[in-house]
Amino acid sequence: MSRVHVSTTVNGDAVEYLCEADETLLDVLRDRLGLTGAKEGCGTGDCGACSVTIDGRLVCSCLVLGAEAGGRKIGTVEGLANGDKLHPLQKKFLEHAALQCGICTPGFLVAAKALLDHNPNPTETEIRFGLAGNLCRCTGYDKIVRAVQAAAAEMRKG
Amino acid sequence: MRYEAPITVNEAVKLLAGKSGIAKVLAGGTDLLVQMKTDRIEPDLVVDVKRIPGMRDIAAKGGGFRIGAAVSSAELGEHKALKKAWPGVVEAANLIGSHQIQGRATIVGNMCNASPAADSVPALVAAGAVAVVAGPKGKRNVPVEKIATGPGKTSLKKGEFVEAILLPKRPPKSGDAYLRFIPRTEMDIAVVGVGVNLTLDAKGVCTAARVGLGAVAAQVLLVPEAAKALIGTKVDAAALDELAAACSAACRPIDDRRGTKEFRIKVAGVLARRAAAIALKRARGK
Repeated sequence: MSRVHVSTTVNGDAVEYLCEADETLLDVLRDRLGLTGAKEGCGTGDCGACSVTIDGRLVCSCLVLGAEAGGRKIGTVEGLANGDKLHPLQKKFLEHAALQCGICTPGFLVAAKALLDHNPNPTETEIRFGLAGNLCRCTGYDKIVRAVQAAAAEMRKG
Repeated sequence: MRYEAPITVNEAVKLLAGKSGIAKVLAGGTDLLVQMKTDRIEPDLVVDVKRIPGMRDIAAKGGGFRIGAAVSSAELGEHKALKKAWPGVVEAANLIGSHQIQGRATIVGNMCNASPAADSVPALVAAGAVAVVAGPKGKRNVPVEKIATGPGKTSLKKGEFVEAILLPKRPPKSGDAYLRFIPRTEMDIAVVGVGVNLTLDAKGVCTAARVGLGAVAAQVLLVPEAAKALIGTKVDAAALDELAAACSAACRPIDDRRGTKEFRIKVAGVLARRAAAIALKRARGK
């Protein structure tokens, strides 16, 4: 099997890697680039734990080949915080206890950021629909929705 | 497995035609990667068509639209002119999966995956959409309803792939709509899906109609009898009754865990009636 050489950008940093032709972007991020924020929940695009953005668009990295990523701009949960300063979404997830086991959290954060980038003032319904591609099996969605609402309010204040 | 990302259609065709094992086309990958992950398919070659110029574009063409094979459903939903001209097609495509899936899934992939329950396909069939098929012998245009031949099976030949979907020019006073039944409120597979597309004249009489039915047969059906029920009428209650009866009569469904035959036959009629009412409203400019 011939490996594919890929040059791309992850969280603003230029990266290069060699991956197998059938290796997913999720596996590349976790196993080759050491970015273990994105999680494998289902591996079939149902749970959203592996959510990342490609050129600003929210996708499941388990349904993307590492080989496809050349020349794109990949965004992962590791790119949310600014150095030691947490992103408002991360801060509000902590304040509102919007996580228990934490497996779904990186996916929720990336999806919530993508949602707020498009719609800075979403209604509760819009948040629930916007995050419908992310499954949580322990925290419950209510605290997550409250955290996103609080973060959105803070981000609107600027 | 080998991965190739050609930059011309001819190169893609050559790759697909030349490979002896299983060669698959990759656009959004939301079906292909799941099939690979679950070992339902082990391709020897994957041809990523996203690097070919035009594949990611929605272009105005001949008064209608050309939608490249790699345009995502999310991009369809963000295209104002397309949404205005073909709201039914866009709403059908936007029903497929979550935001994450919307960011990748394509209508060409939805069609070529050949699921009888594919949401965008009944709307495309109703719209009279045409697939542009590229292959070793050149290009040919194929009506969308002739692509799938059964669950997971298409009429595409070795070396062929669909490079775009063409949506025709819209006469004035036209409207389309897509409705599906699912047991949940979202993100589920259609138990029945119905696309209706119609055009009215100045007096409000229906002059043209097409109806596509999903998840009630081995492939999405174009139902000419349903269209006949609308053409020449003002899409009144009697016409809608006939439309519903024609749609129910066209169903050849299976029983499965998501719905029984009887349920699907009944619901096909109900949804056709409702979709026609929405298409009518849109055709009247409301």
